[in-house]
Amino acid sequence: MAVDLVINGQSVVLDVDPEMPLLWVLRDAAGLTGTKYGCGKALCGSCNVNVDGQVVRSCVFPVSAAVGKSVTTIEGLSEDGDHPVQVAWRELNVPQCGYCQSGQIISAAALLERNPQPSDDDIDNAMSGNICRCGTYTRIRAAIHRAAEDQS
Amino acid sequence: MSNLERISRREFLERTGKVGGGLIFALTLTSACQPGKDDSDGKSSVAPNVYVNIREDGVVEIYCHRSEMGQGIRTCLPQIIADEMDADWDSIEIIQALGDEKYGDQNTDGSTSIRRHFDLLRTAGASARETLIAAAAATWDVPTAECMTREHAVHHETSGRSAGFGELVGAAAEVAVPEDVSFKSPDDYRYIGQSMDIVDGFAMTTGQAAYGIDTVLPDMLYASIERCPAIGGSAKSVDDAAAKAVAGVSHVLQLPDATSPLLFNPLGGIAVLADNTWAAQKGREALEIEWDLGANADHDSADYREALTSSAQSGGRIALDRGDVDAAFSNADTIHEADYFAPHLSQVPMEPPAATARMTEDGGCEVWACTQDPQAAQDTVAGVLGIDKSLVKVNVTLLGGGFGRKSKGDFIAEAAWLARETERPVKVTWTREDDIRHGFLHSVSAQHVKAGLDADGNTTAWQQCTAFPSIFSTFDATTTGPVEMELGLGFSDNPYAIPNMRLEAANAKAHLRIGWLRSVCNIYHAFANCCFVDELAYLAGADPKDHLLKLLGPPRLVDPTADGAVYDNYGQGVDTHPIDTGRIAAVVDKVAEMAGWGRVMGQGRGLGIAVHRSFLSTVGTVAEVSVGGDGKLVVHELWTAIDAGLVINPDRVTSQMEGAGIFGMSLALHGEITAKNGAVVQGNFDTYPVVRMNEAPATINVHIMDVDAPPGGVGEPGVPPVAPAIANAYFAATGNRVRELPLRNSGLA
Repeated sequence: MAVDLVINGQSVVLDVDPEMPLLWVLRDAAGLTGTKYGCGKALCGSCNVNVDGQVVRSCVFPVSAAVGKSVTTIEGLSEDGDHPVQVAWRELNVPQCGYCQSGQIISAAALLERNPQPSDDDIDNAMSGNICRCGTYTRIRAAIHRAAEDQS
Repeated sequence: MSNLERISRREFLERTGKVGGGLIFALTLTSACQPGKDDSDGKSSVAPNVYVNIREDGVVEIYCHRSEMGQGIRTCLPQIIADEMDADWDSIEIIQALGDEKYGDQNTDGSTSIRRHFDLLRTAGASARETLIAAAAATWDVPTAECMTREHAVHHETSGRSAGFGELVGAAAEVAVPEDVSFKSPDDYRYIGQSMDIVDGFAMTTGQAAYGIDTVLPDMLYASIERCPAIGGSAKSVDDAAAKAVAGVSHVLQLPDATSPLLFNPLGGIAVLADNTWAAQKGREALEIEWDLGANADHDSADYREALTSSAQSGGRIALDRGDVDAAFSNADTIHEADYFAPHLSQVPMEPPAATARMTEDGGCEVWACTQDPQAAQDTVAGVLGIDKSLVKVNVTLLGGGFGRKSKGDFIAEAAWLARETERPVKVTWTREDDIRHGFLHSVSAQHVKAGLDADGNTTAWQQCTAFPSIFSTFDATTTGPVEMELGLGFSDNPYAIPNMRLEAANAKAHLRIGWLRSVCNIYHAFANCCFVDELAYLAGADPKDHLLKLLGPPRLVDPTADGAVYDNYGQGVDTHPIDTGRIAAVVDKVAEMAGWGRVMGQGRGLGIAVHRSFLSTVGTVAEVSVGGDGKLVVHELWTAIDAGLVINPDRVTSQMEGAGIFGMSLALHGEITAKNGAVVQGNFDTYPVVRMNEAPATINVHIMDVDAPPGGVGEPGVPPVAPAIANAYFAATGNRVRELPLRNSGLA
């Protein structure tokens, strides 16, 4: 059935099962593959997107729950890829394989939105839902501090 | 099948350096450059070799024939070529090479991309440079010796003439590619040794980076496959009525059962195909299948561990023998024995295996895949489809992590087989549960170690027996235990200056599909060796670092073959990459200094040290740990020093060491795969946890040793010393010795 969504500021109508997780709607129906599958069970954060200011795990978030709300994915976080978090990520060469970084960046951007000067503990609390198998955690912490400085 | 087996086995042997060992120079050094091909703007270009294509617009295209999985090769490989040919970094374009034997070895595994290809890549750059010089000299009618390259142009200083690389394309097509080229002096390096930013940084931070899971083709079907829980089993009955009733599901197909040896072939199973991934997964959940679990149905990890430990205690065939161990034990003042155990592990790259395939009009197949080994993928797909390898085109995407899992093209061949059956493009996406339950597991290991000490605490004898099911069981089901190549991974290359030593390998049969995982057998061998050395320090009443240096002995080159070992030094010569205890000791000294070794620690807090040489590099790690009020271990900080010889990109080496610290912590604290009734028990990150940010140390400090030596490996050698450093730190903090992984099973995580 037709589902009305606002994704990255654009209204779209997609013909999908309303129970389908937002992850697969984004990837398979909307063609936005920047949001990643990692576990399918809300365990790893690779699929994190922002829905009305809240970080949600799109792999277990039915698309019906996003109707009437604003969905922001990595592709829409900034117009030119220059959100302070994205810039800091590049300045510190955070990514290794890069696969989990869409979800990491979405989580980090939301953290800075509600807490512009997070402590290490704040960062650990906000970011421990995101697994990075390459092990970029210490750089992610540093990059979030860098982005916080750049924003202030 | 026999042909496929031969090729796959050869690929495996090459990867591990069992055969060959020399560099494979794939340069197409024809008498003239390859004819200029037209680029999209209709301009011509010239390709002095298969790695470099110089366009008329001045852009130098560099073909990256190795797979990018986070190690930074798409940045480091062009650094070498661009440096050697004096190309400007801003005027290069990196093109990911297809799988093609014209590139030589593409198997991105064994930490080989730099250490085994440095000379090849320099040659590629140098031949391009000399071709451009020859073209300019011919154009200007001056001797080539009077011309030189600098900043993306050829210059004739005497006349003041210069021409940009792009301007020389036409002339370069007419000259012979020089066959003898010399390398730049290291003093003139522009990019080698510099921390260039990663070339995929923008794509990776904006969602534009394309991984294997991201391929989309017109009219594509999405597949999810239910496989038999146990290796060697098959479906007795399948009821797919409910699966087919799921909206969006179009096909349910049964893949052929796997046959022995398993090689890299698909495991078989029931595939559900739909017009989106979720429908395929829902349809798959609705399948009703009755399995015959086959010959491994009784395999149980708890029973197997007992048998493996007993096997290690009983001893095995001799892999290395020095002095007279038995006599030394008779004369020893103290005998100390210990059993070590480490379980199966899964690589769990964040991107699970995923591939897309379509059949082509010439009867071939084109795939897009996150593969570490595109030529092996060609072999596997060709074998499964029964077509010639040359008809299989493999597009290599970025890999969302590899860690050894993605060397094997089983998931790619699944997509190919389904594409042929459905006559539609097909994407196969493994679930996390598929990845953990049906992968190629890192092997389980038991080791028994025994030492004799004299009255002064000197270690006079060392006897060690290792038992683990071999990776080779995947290639030959009759394999019953460790093979020489695996023993060369941290076992027979034992560096300690102990006069009497006997190393043995005991039998162990495989009941699961075994493969390699980042640093492979070095994980369990380093765990036992580095922890047992710590035990010996305690028995001797010595400082662990001082005792470690004492055991390493005076600076010397260790030759395992002198004591009867079959040792291939990771496929490279001991002349260029020796086991040099002086260099190992220097790493120990450095990392100890970094960590402030010897400082006063608070109650319940400790430092542990471990050093291990693997993949021709040496890494030393110090861990600082404490035990919290909840009884759980906290890793506060890690220090790492690496001797990898010449380093191309220090920041990428640093990032590999940081990542290896976390990877090593994951296997030290949490990693364990077990089987019940032949089936893997764990399924996702809840039952197979890895380290998250809340467990990550505050800092991972990395130092790269400044050593004038050829490059060693970097991707893997950081992993082995982490677990023993943590276990030794735990002993320092508490006086409790843990001899099995993961530490979670001792209540510490």
